[in-house]
Amino acid sequence: MSNGSLGWRDIKPGAVVTEPGSAAAYKTGDWRSLRPIWDHTRCVKCGMCELFCPEGCVFQNDEGYFEADLSYCKGCGICARECWTGAITMVEEEE
Amino acid sequence: MNGTTEIRWHGRGGQGAVTSSELVSYAAINEGKYALSFPSFGPERRGAPVLAFNRIGEEHIRIRAEVTEPDIVVVLDPRLFRVVNVASGLKPGGIVIVNTKKSAQQLRDEFGFDSTLGAVNATRIAWDILKVPITNTAMLGALVKGREVVKLDSLIEPVKDRFGRIGDINVEALKKAYEETVISEGT
Amino acid sequence: MAKRTPLEVSVAVAEAAKMADVDVVAAYPITPQTHIVETLAEMVANGELNANYIPVESEHSAMSACLGSSATGARTFTSSAGQGLELMHETLYIGPSSRLPMVMSVCNRALSGPLSVWGDHSDAMAVRDTGWIQVFVENGQQAFDHILWAFRVSEDHQVLFPVMVHHDGFHLTHVIEPITLPEQEEVDRFLPKPRYPYALHPDNPVSMGCYAPPFIYSEIKRAQDEAFRSPEVKQSILKAWEDFGNIFGRYYMPVEAYRTEGAKVLLVTMGSFSETAMVAVDNKRDEGKDVGIIRLRLWRPFPYEEVRDLVKDADIVLVLDRCISPGAQAPVYSEIRSCLYQEENRPQVFSFTGGLGGRDIVVDDFEQMIDKGFEMLQNGSEKEFEIIGVRE
Repeated sequence: MSNGSLGWRDIKPGAVVTEPGSAAAYKTGDWRSLRPIWDHTRCVKCGMCELFCPEGCVFQNDEGYFEADLSYCKGCGICARECWTGAITMVEEEE
Repeated sequence: MNGTTEIRWHGRGGQGAVTSSELVSYAAINEGKYALSFPSFGPERRGAPVLAFNRIGEEHIRIRAEVTEPDIVVVLDPRLFRVVNVASGLKPGGIVIVNTKKSAQQLRDEFGFDSTLGAVNATRIAWDILKVPITNTAMLGALVKGREVVKLDSLIEPVKDRFGRIGDINVEALKKAYEETVISEGT
Repeated sequence: MAKRTPLEVSVAVAEAAKMADVDVVAAYPITPQTHIVETLAEMVANGELNANYIPVESEHSAMSACLGSSATGARTFTSSAGQGLELMHETLYIGPSSRLPMVMSVCNRALSGPLSVWGDHSDAMAVRDTGWIQVFVENGQQAFDHILWAFRVSEDHQVLFPVMVHHDGFHLTHVIEPITLPEQEEVDRFLPKPRYPYALHPDNPVSMGCYAPPFIYSEIKRAQDEAFRSPEVKQSILKAWEDFGNIFGRYYMPVEAYRTEGAKVLLVTMGSFSETAMVAVDNKRDEGKDVGIIRLRLWRPFPYEEVRDLVKDADIVLVLDRCISPGAQAPVYSEIRSCLYQEENRPQVFSFTGGLGGRDIVVDDFEQMIDKGFEMLQNGSEKEFEIIGVRE
């Protein structure tokens, strides 16, 4: 749907979108200028970063630590701001 | 309109003029006639002068405007004479049917009516039988005495349906008023 | 044949929705529509009608609930009028663009200000371009009939657009008159419940009401309009009227002609004043005047061909609008005039506006309009527009 080539005859009745979960195709990670880095020596695995992430892209890995799915993380910094042990630092994204 | 009888009801909010016009339509349509009934449209206030209308005929009725040239005028409240010209637009040969303590002659002398008049003390009938001064069912009887737009018997079922447990006494008021209504031919 | 029953037209409309076996009613009461939704609420409460009655907090919510209901495939009914229809306005566009079938009875009422609860067509004209199929009816029987007809059209897989049935506030809604009620079996035969093909279901997830950026908005609107004005929709509308007539014995058309044979002067009307106008036409025919009347029933999609065909031999067309378009031409007039503009022998078209805010137009008024038409036929007219019955 994201391309501009559809003609009016291609529109489904009611303009419904029949492909489920199509928003997953939008890789918002491209927008990021800062990325979150977790310091495991400070992390207590409380999960506040996961709860507060507006993009829903923070997840817990096999060791129980948290990380961001960088395909979607926009680098907003809310996780770093909310982390009460100061375990998350926002660092500048490389070019 | 040819063959259509037009009725205008004058009452005050709460006296049941609108109900009367509805019951006439029910009776007429159940007789196989065509009929419309409707109130003067708009907000309603208890005690304010109100109008209601009927058109009755043998064919589908096409005109829906308010009745301005009635064949029959029915007045539920005698004090309305002082504020409204109830006979306004009355067709030649028309009749004004009034709830009043006065005789037809007294009404002529006092208000200058020259059309045919029907007079009945419906308020007294309502007090006696219904114990409230609501005169609409009594005036249905007076209407049918004045002009047989529907048969008296055709009104009984609609009146009973509408009034439920007080249906029978309303039928009594209807019949009593039919008997007591005095018709005085126009001059 | 079923018997004629005395019914208030509002009750008849509710009765039609009941006989259509609606699944969901979401509505907010407003004069002069109140009796319709009161009656339906009562029917649901009494168990006479097995439906969900959603007592919403506003007309905006009423339409929102109806959209959701229709999206699940439920047979959906609502009703509104005047200011209520206006409060519903922004949600009205969504049904047609999402192709959600439902039926709304609109009890036409004037719009504030000044505040008026009485009838005219201002509310109908304000929702003219919302994309609903819209019809006007002239009496209680037609109001009843067209609720059934509207469900049939709306849910037809060739159509899938919501339908508004316009009937004049008070002049129809508050009148008790004879209505022929059909047998339930006849209604069921006319109105089966087709399965809505795009109904929301967990097994078949879709996104409805997505936003459309500039690159796709035009294509979506074009697709909607192409569907709306397609021959398929028109055929379904006509077929529904034909089938209705075959079952119930009353036949309807997009534009109804009355005594148009050889008519030099033609009246054009819509809604409950049309029958009054027909009486005036009869009177003038008795005087030997060649006058006829066409009554628009289908308002959207607009029946261009039918209008052109009926008007082609007339010299003067007098259009009555019950709505004012400040600073411009009245809406029905404008539509008729534009419809005829490309014709080789186009008649002169004159605009009357009247019946605003519940003001009656009586037979005499229509006769005067017709007289004016014949005067124009002889002497022409410098004016193109007149508001009738206004005190100087």
